[in-house]
Amino acid sequence: MQYPSKLIEDAVSEVSKLPGIGKKTALRLVLHLLKQEEIVTSALSKSLQQLRQEIRYCATCFNISDTDTCNICASHRRDKSIICVVEDIPDVLAIENTGQFNGLYHVLGGIISPMNGIGPEDLNIDRLIQRGSDDVVKEVIMALSATMEGDTTSFYLTKRLKPHNVRVSVIARGVPVGGELEYADEITLGRSIVTRSPYNIAD
Amino acid sequence: MFIKRLRLVNFKNYRKIDITFKSNVVSLIGRNGMGKTNLLDAIYYLSFTKSAINSSDQQNINHGEDFFSIIGTLNKESKNYKVQCSYQNGLKKVFHVDDCPYEKLSDHIGEFPAVLISPNDTDLVREWSDLRRKFFDTLLCQIDKEYFQCLVKYNHYLKQRNSLLKLFAERKNQDRELIEKYDLELVISGSVIWEKRRDYLAAYLPYFESYYRKLAGKEVAQIAYQSDYAKGDFYENFKKHYARDLATQRTGFGIHRDDFEFLLAGKPLKKIGSQGQQKSFVIALRLGQYAMICNEKKFKPILLLDDIFDKLDDERIKSLSKILNEDSLGQIFITDARMERTQELVKEIEAEVEIFEVVKDGVHKIS
Repeated sequence: MQYPSKLIEDAVSEVSKLPGIGKKTALRLVLHLLKQEEIVTSALSKSLQQLRQEIRYCATCFNISDTDTCNICASHRRDKSIICVVEDIPDVLAIENTGQFNGLYHVLGGIISPMNGIGPEDLNIDRLIQRGSDDVVKEVIMALSATMEGDTTSFYLTKRLKPHNVRVSVIARGVPVGGELEYADEITLGRSIVTRSPYNIAD
Repeated sequence: MFIKRLRLVNFKNYRKIDITFKSNVVSLIGRNGMGKTNLLDAIYYLSFTKSAINSSDQQNINHGEDFFSIIGTLNKESKNYKVQCSYQNGLKKVFHVDDCPYEKLSDHIGEFPAVLISPNDTDLVREWSDLRRKFFDTLLCQIDKEYFQCLVKYNHYLKQRNSLLKLFAERKNQDRELIEKYDLELVISGSVIWEKRRDYLAAYLPYFESYYRKLAGKEVAQIAYQSDYAKGDFYENFKKHYARDLATQRTGFGIHRDDFEFLLAGKPLKKIGSQGQQKSFVIALRLGQYAMICNEKKFKPILLLDDIFDKLDDERIKSLSKILNEDSLGQIFITDARMERTQELVKEIEAEVEIFEVVKDGVHKIS
């Protein structure tokens, strides 16, 4: 696309680097900002700069936090004997929104994939093993993606946690709630048949 | 299986053509560079979702255009299907069957099988083992879904393992526990692949040997499967190779190193076989593939013969036309640059034959 100004071109090229934004949307956003009062743009760039410079990660679980220890880790209402391992921050929000989990989290910051240059030492793994060695912790839940890489990471973490006498579990995989059987893919359906659970009338 | 109609838009040298086929034997005649092979390649696309010649979809678009599409009307087990492949520059290639798109292109593999015998096939004899593995992989993937899944998994974990070995070297550290996971996965999917390659080869050999005998008479042709997995104790072997793997930064044990050795009278075909013998060998390989798919699928794939008479003596051409005649093959497409040779062959074939002439501006039916 041809742009009337180099400044626009630069701005578009930066904005279109964001996930889910193409060149056209980027141009629309940039022109929109130009139309607004100048203060709108400076507020935006200021908040982004601040975000970048002042954001902190919880020293225990690596969740995003405004303080050294995040709200979840600091809360006395959370069950400290159980840790849920997730790949990244959106996963924490997703599990929190279920309202079904009252333990603590551990954010790995990625998943083991040597192909993409990510080995175990690039992730927050040592801290997890350290947490797992604490006697308070009784169970670690692997809540990672159901992919080959997710599986590799769960296997590796389980191996590393083995000497520390904690129970390691993995989230269930199966047919989604409200989903119709005929639309479930074969592997998922096959797996839910193999790992079926007893029917509980009280539920 | 039968192709009733083939429509091409902007595919390779064709701007727009629409051909209807009525016979079991379709002969395409034309001078060099007119696009005979491209027609076969279009049919190959409909079967394999990609070109047999040029893996870049982009380069298969007619020069100066920005998309191509191939639409075939195929008849399989007395039902008609409209199979369509379209590719537009910069977009993903899409495949439709009866106007329904596939979620994954790989779902299409094996649905409408075809077998291509091309002049490049003798590379199978001369080149490295990867081509021979690919030949058997293509065959097995078409008839065995589990094989395909295991192969995808194996290749994925292998890539991860090799990358990890490189990562170790770069960072000058190592992690046995992580390697162990990859070893385990390679053992699991690798042993399925090994067993299937061994068993399918045993089932395949009788077809192959019988076709070779029909083509070449008394010479004995064999294929020997060689695999690291034949040593057994896969897991121990991965461990044993670990030190060397670290040094070479690649995995030195596994089914990705398998080879299928081609033998003529017990000696390597690559070294002792004449060009004609090599050509007969690969034709028998392909016909064996054809027979095997027939047997598994219970219907006949489409047979594409590209310039098959090249390098064969009259004797062998005769044997070949005898096979085409006797073995009640399904629909066959034959390309040839020489009209007389084809007419000679056509006389011998009892089935109905259509002859098309491929010229610069299109394809015309002659008889």
